[in-house]
Amino acid sequence: MIALQPRSLDEVLQSLEDDPALVPTAGCTDLMVRGPEALHEMDRVIDLLGVPELRGIQEVAGGLEIGATTSFSEIRRSAAVRAAFPALVAAASLVGGWQIQNRATLGGNMANASPAGDSLPVLLALDAVVVAAGARGLREIPYAGFHTGYRKTALRPGEIVARVRLPYLPEGSVQAFRKVGTREAQAISKVVVALAGRVAEGRIAELRLAAGSVAATPVRLRAAEEAVRGLSPGPAAADLAGRAAAREVTPIDDVRSTADYRRFALERVVRRLVLGMA
Amino acid sequence: MKVSFSVNSGAAEVDGHAMERLLDVLRERLGLTGTKEGCGEGECGACTVLMDGEPVLSCLVPLLQCEGRRIETVEGIAEGPAREFLERFVATGGVQCGACTPGIVVTAWALLERNPAPSREEAREALAGNLCRCTGYEGILRAICAEPES
Ligand SMILES: Cc1cc2nc3c(=O)[nH]c(=O)nc-3n(C[C@H](O)[C@H](O)[C@H](O)COP(=O)(O)OP(=O)(O)OC[C@H]3O[C@@H](n4cnc5c(N)ncnc54)[C@H](O)[C@@H]3O)c2cc1C
Repeated sequence: MIALQPRSLDEVLQSLEDDPALVPTAGCTDLMVRGPEALHEMDRVIDLLGVPELRGIQEVAGGLEIGATTSFSEIRRSAAVRAAFPALVAAASLVGGWQIQNRATLGGNMANASPAGDSLPVLLALDAVVVAAGARGLREIPYAGFHTGYRKTALRPGEIVARVRLPYLPEGSVQAFRKVGTREAQAISKVVVALAGRVAEGRIAELRLAAGSVAATPVRLRAAEEAVRGLSPGPAAADLAGRAAAREVTPIDDVRSTADYRRFALERVVRRLVLGMA
Repeated sequence: MKVSFSVNSGAAEVDGHAMERLLDVLRERLGLTGTKEGCGEGECGACTVLMDGEPVLSCLVPLLQCEGRRIETVEGIAEGPAREFLERFVATGGVQCGACTPGIVVTAWALLERNPAPSREEAREALAGNLCRCTGYEGILRAICAEPES
């Protein structure tokens, strides 16, 4: 059994270079539900929670950086995140319940890479940049390139998420988040959508829409965005966006929902969020 | 691995597998059986304890991450200043079969420590991760919000 408790990022990276099979542990809200056998076999772990460089929220030029092991409770409480990225706060408030939010981390949500991860469409819509750390140093990965397949990420062996950078949106931007689950709290999403955009001179000047649980990875809804760019925000544009979104995704039937329901719910949610720009 | 932490008013040193669940450590090694296992998957909240004052699910906390932490269980809370709240909890019928009770008491007490007079809305949000299948939550919410009997 190897259980490392490094106290610095350098120590983490050195250990991971020596042994890329070490499993990083953060809030453990995904890891610990893998079952007793899997846990027993997890005999080479490296705990990230004691590494100061990986935690906390910092203002940087043009945006905020959120450390990978920052919990959703910390994100909810942060005045800086509340002011600049209310869509992320909305997502954080709906991840599990209080106990889960106290432990679950943003980096864990990203690295776990479930198509239902609630923060992931928000990071896509906000054009986030992942700062990954590995033995060869730091590397930036645009969020649009982070999720490479079902539960696959662009992280290389021995690399971890160090933090994520969120660029401030231009003055006058709006953002929104909506999750549809079996109930309001403590429910994995059937459909989750985030929006960031800006209306200028009565037209939709910028729009980024992203959705989760409707494909193998979280996805940008590019057809929906294109369908309404330049239009005046209102019911007609909202209808167009909703219909385009429903056509461009490839949801599946699974234990939580059906493909048909997901497409239906996505259309409604996109319509409502775009209507909210008016 | 050997891990030391504080539990209620005492100290614990446990030698175990790094990924052993805090829930099992409390119940099986330390004899603190007040903490219950419900689903074992983080969904039900029955195993809630406080870690450095924050409610967490002990079925999802590995021993590895307990080093140097302060753990409070329902036993510790029951011995402390929660007395009056617990009496109210019994009087309102907040306890029925009892399976969820320890977890609800711990979460509710964490809320009351932060906010001694929560609204129903605040109490409901705090308890979103605690399932009770008997009471319909009515007695529980009345006890937390200290509402007079109607
Ligand atoms: C009851 C319950 C309810 C839940 N509800 C929701 C919900 O509503 N919405 C939602 O999105 N999720 C939900 N989840 C899933 C989970 O809480 C989140 O995905 C959470 O963000 C995972 O973070 P963590 O820190 O707990 O990850 P961990 O379990 O510690 O790690 C998850 C994975 O990521 C890896 N990892 C962790 N941090 C890093 C890093 N910095 N770099 C590289 N790899 C890393 C780990 O090795 C592991 O493979 C729920 C889980 C439970 C048990």
